[in-house]
This record gives sequence, C-alpha cells and structure tokens, in this order.
Amino acid sequence: MMGEPDETGRFGEYGGRFVPETLVPALIELDRGFREAWADPAFRSELDSLLADYAGRPSPLTECHRLSAELGVRVLFKREDLNHTGSHKINNVLGQALLARRMGKTRLVAETGAGQHGVATATAAALLGMECLVYMGEVDIARQELNVFRMRLLGAEVTPARSGSRTLKDAVNEAMRDWVATVEHSHYCLGSVMGPHPYPWMVREFHRVIGSEAAVQCRTLLGGPPDVVVACVGGGSNAAGIFSGFAEDPSVELVGVEPAGGAAVGRGVPGIVHGMRSYLMQDEFGQVLEAHSISAGLDYPGVGPEHSHLASSGRATYHQVVDAEVVDAFVLASRTEGIIPALEPAHALAWVVRERESLSGRTVLINMSGRGDKDVAQMMDVLADRI
Amino acid sequence: MVDPAGTGALEAALRARRDTGGKCLVPYLTGGLGEWLSVLQAAAAAGADAVEVGIPFSDPVMDGPVIQEASELALRAGADPPAILDALGRTEVGVPTAVMTYANLVDRAGWTRFASSLAAAGVSGAILPDIPLEETGPWCAAADAAGVETVLLAAPTAPDDRLERIVARSRGFVYAVGLLGVTGERSTLADSATVIARRLKDVTDLPVLVGVGISTPEQAVEVCEVADGVVVGSAVVRRVLESGAGPASAEVVAELVASFRQALDAG
Repeated sequence: MMGEPDETGRFGEYGGRFVPETLVPALIELDRGFREAWADPAFRSELDSLLADYAGRPSPLTECHRLSAELGVRVLFKREDLNHTGSHKINNVLGQALLARRMGKTRLVAETGAGQHGVATATAAALLGMECLVYMGEVDIARQELNVFRMRLLGAEVTPARSGSRTLKDAVNEAMRDWVATVEHSHYCLGSVMGPHPYPWMVREFHRVIGSEAAVQCRTLLGGPPDVVVACVGGGSNAAGIFSGFAEDPSVELVGVEPAGGAAVGRGVPGIVHGMRSYLMQDEFGQVLEAHSISAGLDYPGVGPEHSHLASSGRATYHQVVDAEVVDAFVLASRTEGIIPALEPAHALAWVVRERESLSGRTVLINMSGRGDKDVAQMMDVLADRI
Repeated sequence: MVDPAGTGALEAALRARRDTGGKCLVPYLTGGLGEWLSVLQAAAAAGADAVEVGIPFSDPVMDGPVIQEASELALRAGADPPAILDALGRTEVGVPTAVMTYANLVDRAGWTRFASSLAAAGVSGAILPDIPLEETGPWCAAADAAGVETVLLAAPTAPDDRLERIVARSRGFVYAVGLLGVTGERSTLADSATVIARRLKDVTDLPVLVGVGISTPEQAVEVCEVADGVVVGSAVVRRVLESGAGPASAEVVAELVASFRQALDAG
C-alpha cells in the first residue's frame, strides 16, 4: 500500500498520463529527474535542511485535551498549520522547486484554490530566486483576497482563470495550457496528488514527511499508532501525506473527508481529466461538473488517483460533510483548543464530531493541514449572527 | 473500413490531394454550435479535403480562448455527443470528417461504444489530444476494430525516436503541432512549424498536416513548402463566433476556406 505506481503511472487502474503530446517528454524527464533526485543524498539533505530551518519541521503533534473531553474521543492534531506559510503545502513546494532548479528550469507555474499552494509556491520562488506565475479562479480571487495579496507581495504574478466555474478546476486548466507553451523553461508546480504521472506519486512522496513524523510522534505519545487517521480530501495531498505513515498497518483506519459539494469519491464515477484517470464528478456525457464548497481548497470535482485506488481497494474510506458541519467544527476547534483551523481540515474535524459516538473511547489523529487566518474574513460574514 | 494497408477514407482523400500535386486543407469547427451543420457543408464545398468537427468538452486543455468560448457556448446551448454524432450521420458532407474531442467523453461512453458510434455516423477519423501515444492502447484497439482512423499529434518537444513511434501508430494523417502552445491564432508562423513538418516528412509517407497557429492563407502557404497541408481551427471558429454562429456564419467560413484553398492551389 502507498508504494510506487506501476510503469504506466497507475495505482491499480487509476492514474496514467492523459495530457497533450507536447507535455509527454517533459513528464518523462520529470519522472527521471525526480527518481534521481530522490535517490541522491545531497538533494535529500538540502530538502531536509530547508524543511527544518526554513519551514519549521517537524511540526508538533498536539493532544487536544478539552476537545477530547467534549467529544469523548481522544483527539490528536498533526500541526501542519504551524508550518511556514500556514499549511502542509510548503512540503511539496520546496521539494518541487529544488527539483525544478536542479533540472534547469527558471520559472514556476502553479494553480491554486484557496491560495495556500499559490502562497507556498510564491514563497519557494522568492527563496530560490525563480520567476512565478499562479493561476487562480476568479471566484477564488474574490473570496481569498488576502492570499492574492500575499502572492503578489512575494513577487509572484497572479492571473485569474475566467473560464468554466472560475475555481480550482479552471485554474488547473490554465496552468496546463501555460505549461504546454512554456515547457522548455518552466516547471509546473502542481499542488496536489493529482494530474499526470509522476505528480500523484511525487507529491505524495514530498508529503510523506507528515505521516513519517506523525507515526514516530504517536509511538512516543501513545506507544503505538492511533486507531483512526482522518484528513480532508480535495485533490488529497495532505491526506496522502499522513496516510502514508500508517497505510502499512492494517489496524489503523484511514478516513478521508470530502465536502458534500465536491465529493469525487463519494459522488463521482471514474473518468479522465487533468491528466489522470480517477473518480470524477461528471454528467452522463462526461462533462465535468462544478464543485461547490465553502472551502476554496476543496472546491474540486476530481481527486488524486491514489485515493481512488485506496477507496476501491477498501484500505481507506471516504465520507462527506456539509458546509454547516464544517462551520461548527471551525468554531469548536477555536473555542476548545485555541486553534483556528483552515476550513479544509475543519472538514476532517466535522466528521469526527458527527461520528463521536461510534469513535467513543478511541484515539483519532486529525491532520490539521492548515491554519484559518486566510478564512477569517469569509467567516466573519458567515458567523455574523453568532459572534 | 480501414483496409489491411491501413488506408481509410480520410487518408485516401488526403493522399489523393497530395499525390496530384496539391496541398491538403482541413478546417475545424465546433460541433453543436449554432448553424454548425451548414458551416460544415459550406466548408466542404469551398474546397476542404476533410473537416474536423469538435465535440465540445467542459475542460479543453489543448484549446485556447477562441475554441474554449465556442465550446462553452455550445455546451450552454445543450450540445451533447450523441446528438452531434446523430446530426453528423444525417448530413451529406461530401468529404471525410474527423471528430476531435477529449478522452473523458470517449471514456464515459465506453471506448468501443464511442468508436462504433463514430463509424455509424460515417465519421472517418478521431483526434483525441489528451490521449498521447502511451495511452492509445485501448482506444486504438476499439477504433481499429470499428474502422476509425486515429490521428495522432506530434509535437516539437518529441525526440526523433518518439516521432517514429507516433507516425507508425497514426492513421489518416499525422497532426504536426506547429508550436509550443494551445490552439489559437498567431500573427506569424512559428519557425517550429516548418521544423516539425520537416522532421515528420523525413520519417513518414503519411500526409503531414500542420495545425495550431495556422491563421492565414499566407502562413498556410509558407508551412506547406514542407508540409502536405494544414488544419485551420481558431481562425474558422473566430469567424463563426463573430457572425453570431447563425446562418451568416456558413457564408463567412466558406469565404475563408476558399481563400485558403486558392492560396494553397496557387502555391
């Protein structure tokens, strides 16, 4: 479980490389470049140093005493929200930016939903002195203006995606179109465990550090693994990262939580978009449906192919929560733990809250994948009557 | 049906043009958009050797703004693949047609079912820009069995050995991607267009048609000093959009296609 994909870039029957011909040689080169770098102690050591001295790893494991008492479930947070730039996204971006530089690329192109991946990419570009262009759906630009400003402050260009649903899916389309035209000097710094091979595998490997750290931290705190590991799933990168630390142990339940309005595993069927075969929300003719979620970071109709495989094989289960449950969880974590979560990991907590009776007495590790600063402006409106 | 030598109606029509000293002209239009069937017939009558019909997809990553807009308009107007194929099957075009669409529409219908529905609609060829060489297996098996010619794209980024494998698997013609980028008009012909055409001509006897960035008759003539022909997409679709995709669009497109035809014939 959660090893390398096969030679066609598939996890089971999911994955592959469904992209315009122009990009195939670049993907082959990227696959080779990543394999070489990942096996090179010098590359690993440079990345580890950046993760420690720049991004602040290892991220802590926090035992949530008041929240646990409230729910009757022992809850631990893996604190990816404490990373530099405020989410787990920095793990992947530092890896890809170093790799891009090693491969002679001078420009990073990225898509972003909530803006967390865009901010992380802009940060890495500033750190390494690279050019950076981030595509972001027009709808997301309006609801995440703080992150837009952050990216521009960091020296990145932010270009609105104005087609289709004007959210994350369309930002991915624009980034791929950009890459088709600029592939010789640009690296597409994809922000999740999705897209064509080798991205789903490579991005998961860059996030494996989350699961590896958490496994060690749980052993120290609990003497063994938790009973359940829960993470939110849009494309699925933070979930893939934390799952990878526990997938080998069949006693650990792996749970992915999707927004009801963007539940590719829960409401989709297998399809092909953005370079991969995976579960996809689509109509009877294969047109991709628009996702709708309170969280821009999960507003995506597809999901990374490895999650489709984990779901099909039964190794992980996937559940849905609705926006109202997410808002309650957002408040709950703030009030009981003094941790304002991003709306994305609030999905994971919302599922635990709903399932607290069946989880009673068990130990649950939640990946707190990002902090809620970026969502505060939006939540001021949503919570106007309550706070 | 494709005969054992692999020559279907699309390839036969293009070879016939080339072998009599001419240059091939294949306009593209978006299916399901306004009076597209009249545009199709007008393009054929104005001198096209074959016509490429796009079946609109929600997320066309190989397409630039013009074809994106046409696809969105067609989808908003309710265009769906079975209806487009059904209409194609009932229309006398006069030249072979090839469908251009994306993998998910094919996958959703089922590879075999989609290939059969193309054949049933009298469509000769299929161009699927997000199914590159390594992923062609299941589709090509279905297409070959149904007698549909699968046209593969060859891009400037491909090394020589990859081009050889692409031309070996391509049917109908080989679609040379003229530049690094998505579909759309460009003010000048990219140097890469002639280079990729030359590299392909060196390794195949299949007709080599250059598409992406061929916007004017002058550019078509220039690239056809090496290539066997051109695919003209955004220049056609822009005119359809500008004329409101209504009855007038057929006349406007006929004029454009005729201007390409004349220029290519005059060489």
